Amino acid sequence: MSISRRTLLKLAGLTVLGVTAEKYASAHAGSTTAKVLAKAVSAGKRLTNNNVQQKVRLAMVVDLRKCVSEQGCTKCIDACNQAHNIPDFGDSKDAIKWIWEEPYENAFLDQENFYMRDEFKNKMVPVFCNNCDEPPCVEVCPTQATFKRDDGIVMMDWHRCIGCRYCMAACPYGSRSFNWRDPRPFIKNINPDYPTRMKGVVEKCTWCDERVDQGLLPLCVEACPEKAMAFGNLNDPDSDVRQLLKDNFSVRRKPGLGTSPEIYYLV
Amino acid sequence: MIEHAFRGSRKYWSWLLFLALVILAGFYFYMRQFIYGLGVTGMSRNVSWGLYIAQFTFIVGVAASAVMVVLPYYLHDYKAFGKITILGEFLAISSVIMCMLFVFVDLGQPFRVLNIFLYPTFHSLMFWDVVALSGYLVLNVIITRVTLEAERNSISPPKWIRPVIIISIPWAISIHTVTAFLFAGLAGRPFWLTAVLAPRFLASAFSAGPALLLLLCLLLKKLTRFDAGEEAIKKLGLIITYAMCVNVFLILMEFFTTFYSHIPEDAAHLQYLYFGLDGKAKLVPWMWASAALAIISLAVLLVPRARRDHRTLILACTAVFLSIWIDKGLGLVITGFIPSPFGKVIQYWPTIPESMIALGIWAIGVLLITIFYKMALSIRREVEA
Repeated sequence: MSISRRTLLKLAGLTVLGVTAEKYASAHAGSTTAKVLAKAVSAGKRLTNNNVQQKVRLAMVVDLRKCVSEQGCTKCIDACNQAHNIPDFGDSKDAIKWIWEEPYENAFLDQENFYMRDEFKNKMVPVFCNNCDEPPCVEVCPTQATFKRDDGIVMMDWHRCIGCRYCMAACPYGSRSFNWRDPRPFIKNINPDYPTRMKGVVEKCTWCDERVDQGLLPLCVEACPEKAMAFGNLNDPDSDVRQLLKDNFSVRRKPGLGTSPEIYYLV
Repeated sequence: MIEHAFRGSRKYWSWLLFLALVILAGFYFYMRQFIYGLGVTGMSRNVSWGLYIAQFTFIVGVAASAVMVVLPYYLHDYKAFGKITILGEFLAISSVIMCMLFVFVDLGQPFRVLNIFLYPTFHSLMFWDVVALSGYLVLNVIITRVTLEAERNSISPPKWIRPVIIISIPWAISIHTVTAFLFAGLAGRPFWLTAVLAPRFLASAFSAGPALLLLLCLLLKKLTRFDAGEEAIKKLGLIITYAMCVNVFLILMEFFTTFYSHIPEDAAHLQYLYFGLDGKAKLVPWMWASAALAIISLAVLLVPRARRDHRTLILACTAVFLSIWIDKGLGLVITGFIPSPFGKVIQYWPTIPESMIALGIWAIGVLLITIFYKMALSIRREVEA
């Protein structure tokens, strides 16, 4: 068997990539993103050469069979609201929502399912930003104040946002909120470790990027008493999310629009 | 040139004073919005664009419609439009400035508006809309300035201005096309997701814009010694007739596709707009008024004798303008958000501060038109004398 120059170069490149990723991982010890990145690269080595460059794609799985929202559980919502300084305007027109509940038929508007299992008829579905792989909000933003990270999280720069709300018009999931007025007087207990926002900017859930960077899971995932949520790298076949998706039937919200929403609901 | 704006009759000055007061009232409410935030408007988490963006959309059409006099005059050398072409161009300038103001007052962080140029984003239609509008403004300022200066000196305008004018023709089409793309490219808003939106925008623009120009010409005839000429008025009337027919035709196309295919998520919007949904029907009377006005206007415009009679022509043009103002300046933008992505009907209605700010911007537009027309007509009278 002779190795062509092309293959040799490819292999060399591959090794460099792998080494770089491992170096990066050790330099950022404790960073989940870095760890998953290293894992993804080594996983790629075992697969085909083309997969080496495959990036980390973070995703969320919500098991609606385990979720007990219909019993009045709001632990994930409360944890998020407290940590991220979400103001409480009640359910007024000014409401800011990062994670909240919608009835099943509203959350999955395009799936008219009659005669559902009883427990699903009254099911409240936790909804939040899908951190889409093809985010329309990022596409329309005129200042790149909203942008996609390499690991897939769709971020918000509150200091650059001009408040034109084009992203809110573009989002098919109603996941974005605008600060119609100064939110600060309406925050019950200010968390000093997380920024508050000013009036006139858009905000949304970012899957706790500040925690992900420290190697922690998003708060809602951690706060769920039923362990109904999982979070991880979709490109790693051994990750929790991949295992769950392999063994269960999942649905996503409005997948037909081509936005590639990255929250998978198990029903 | 501008000195003519400072010499006028008592009537002229009291009109300007009145407009200044309306502008001042609008500015007062804008300061309130500036301090409190956009929460002073009726907009909400669900209906996140309202009167401002809707008025912006309507007025972009008025700006673009100048092409309906520029094109026949400069491209086809249609002499009858010689007197009113400058009026069309000044109407375009005033409208573009109004458009920019409507976008500006809609921003949550207006001081950051230059971020659009600091971080130019080519995949955002908003960026291209700002580029198109600014370019159109610059083109029209150059064109009016140069042609009016030449007219004052009784010489023919310099040769280089012709290519600039020719460029302004497709540019006018582009401003309204890009504005339609702002809406028509969003996968999550089925009400706007229609290829016919840009053509519809152009058709409604080319009827409402010339209708306004025609009304202004007849008003000038009454107030000043300016006479656009019977042939120009007749031709404008014909342009309005054709454009209004196409506009109504395209609206009916929307009805067919939406209701015959009856995809629930698509149909819900049009259902809300014209018939109400979940017992909520705030826009329904407005839309039927718009439809009635469209029918009245066509009933007059399609009869040549009625179209030639100035009294009925004024009625028809007013009907065209109001019909499209309701359709585009109210219904089209708001209904894209109703029902919400969760299928909920959460209604919107502009508040008093919001309406006053909008009125203030309109007053700025009218003030600009008054000053520009005063300038143009004074220069012309000077030349004649």
